Amino acid sequence: MQYLMSVFGPTELSEFGSYPDRESMVQAMADTEAFNNTLQANGHWVYANGLASATSSTVVDGRVDPPVVTDGPYLESKEYLGGFWIIEATDLDQALELAAQGSKACRGKVEVRPFQSMPE
Amino acid sequence: MSVGPSVTHVISDAITRAHHEEWARVVASLAKRFGDLDIAEEAAAEAFATAVERWPADGIPPNPGGWLTTTATRKAIDRIRREKKRDDKYREALLVTDDTPLESVGAIDDERLRLLFTCCHPALALEARVAMTLRMVGGLTVPEIARAFLVQEGAMARRITRAKDKIREAGIPFRMPSAGDLPVRVDGVLTVLFLVFNEGYLATGPDTDPVRAELTAEAIRLTRLIRTLLPRDGEVAGMLALMLLTEARRPARLSSSGELVTLDEQDRGAWDAALIHEGHQLVRERLNSGELPGRYQVLAAINAVHTSARDIRDTDWSQVVALYDQLVGLDPSPIVALNRAVAVAELDGPAVALASIDRLEGALTGYHPYHATRADLLRRLGRSAESRAAYDRAIELSGNTAESAYLTRRRDQLG
Repeated sequence: MQYLMSVFGPTELSEFGSYPDRESMVQAMADTEAFNNTLQANGHWVYANGLASATSSTVVDGRVDPPVVTDGPYLESKEYLGGFWIIEATDLDQALELAAQGSKACRGKVEVRPFQSMPE
Repeated sequence: MSVGPSVTHVISDAITRAHHEEWARVVASLAKRFGDLDIAEEAAAEAFATAVERWPADGIPPNPGGWLTTTATRKAIDRIRREKKRDDKYREALLVTDDTPLESVGAIDDERLRLLFTCCHPALALEARVAMTLRMVGGLTVPEIARAFLVQEGAMARRITRAKDKIREAGIPFRMPSAGDLPVRVDGVLTVLFLVFNEGYLATGPDTDPVRAELTAEAIRLTRLIRTLLPRDGEVAGMLALMLLTEARRPARLSSSGELVTLDEQDRGAWDAALIHEGHQLVRERLNSGELPGRYQVLAAINAVHTSARDIRDTDWSQVVALYDQLVGLDPSPIVALNRAVAVAELDGPAVALASIDRLEGALTGYHPYHATRADLLRRLGRSAESRAAYDRAIELSGNTAESAYLTRRRDQLG
């Protein structure tokens, strides 16, 4: 099964992102990279990336003609999606185990959500 | 024929017994075979309905469990055939099963255990775990579970459907947890069963009987089942002992006028000696194991001390306090500290106990036993006005009718 693992972070990012200082930012990035390498080595990796700040987003409504473009983000919130992984796991228990490792590496809570149906 | 009623009786007994003994096994074996809890539950329910219809006419089959599993399997295959035509995609999403050997974790490989771990999976909300356990493992009907938790039937049915959907969509597996996860997952199962037991032992709402033996009995039955499946788990044994030693006191717990009777005022002759004997045996077995006890084993030991005293005055309070000290080390929650204070009051007097619970005020201000305990300590210290205020607060927060009646009498007896 495929799962989306999302990481949420604060709206306001400092020059060190959501981290208190440069050292912890560098360490978290190194740990996350190591985690990503394990995902790839063990066949769990589908895709992962971090997102630019939520204030850089734009909302488009193409149901009308011409499409309406507004400044984002779409939902007002205290925390926004900061990055995500898409992983391949045999079941939720395995996905939760990987999410725990990812959460530890990136220093954030991870939401695990299954994709609607199996691939292929 | 005059034998009619008794034959009917024998058959209805056989069906009840089969329901108790075989329901979980039928659901679990179908869940394993077909990989879908919804199909397993529906087919099991249909098989029991068929038994109710057929057994009076055909007689009780020689192997009721086998008959039920075979019948349920046929029902499940019928449904899958119907659905296969309609929706192939749905059939792709199956519960994941695997056959990891279990010798390493000291568990007996039994599908019922997998079913229990699936129903008590931490990814489900606690209330969903309780409902799923009572439905899938306990075999209670949706209306029965709805009544047990004072929820509308429709809402309870939706809760169960949502849980089944999540199990399927999120890929919650139908298998044993890994050896490393086992203690946490067993604790999760025990939490659910303890919640069911406690709801029976002291119902939280005013709209039910204050003590509900059907729920305590169900919790004990399911805990016995886990004990047969996890015979080496100390906390499972501790939980069973704790439930038995608590249940043993139930006959003495309500007065003829429906008022709660506290431990010190109970008629100890009315306690169930067989349950106490069994509970004490389990506690001794755990003590002799030489393993460090978990919280349920310590709680069981505390209850063993209480039930060993033939009179409240014979209670070994220093032993009770020592066990509470041990419990605080395992579970430093304010509720444990409060219960410890009750024992401290007997050993060192109410003033010492009161001083130790004053600091819990912030954490327990909405917890009625805190105010009831405080009221009792203040009463014993002759501080009537403060005691009255504490009783008022406890009565206001208590939802249980028998307990409110007891607290009200105590308050009204203040000078």
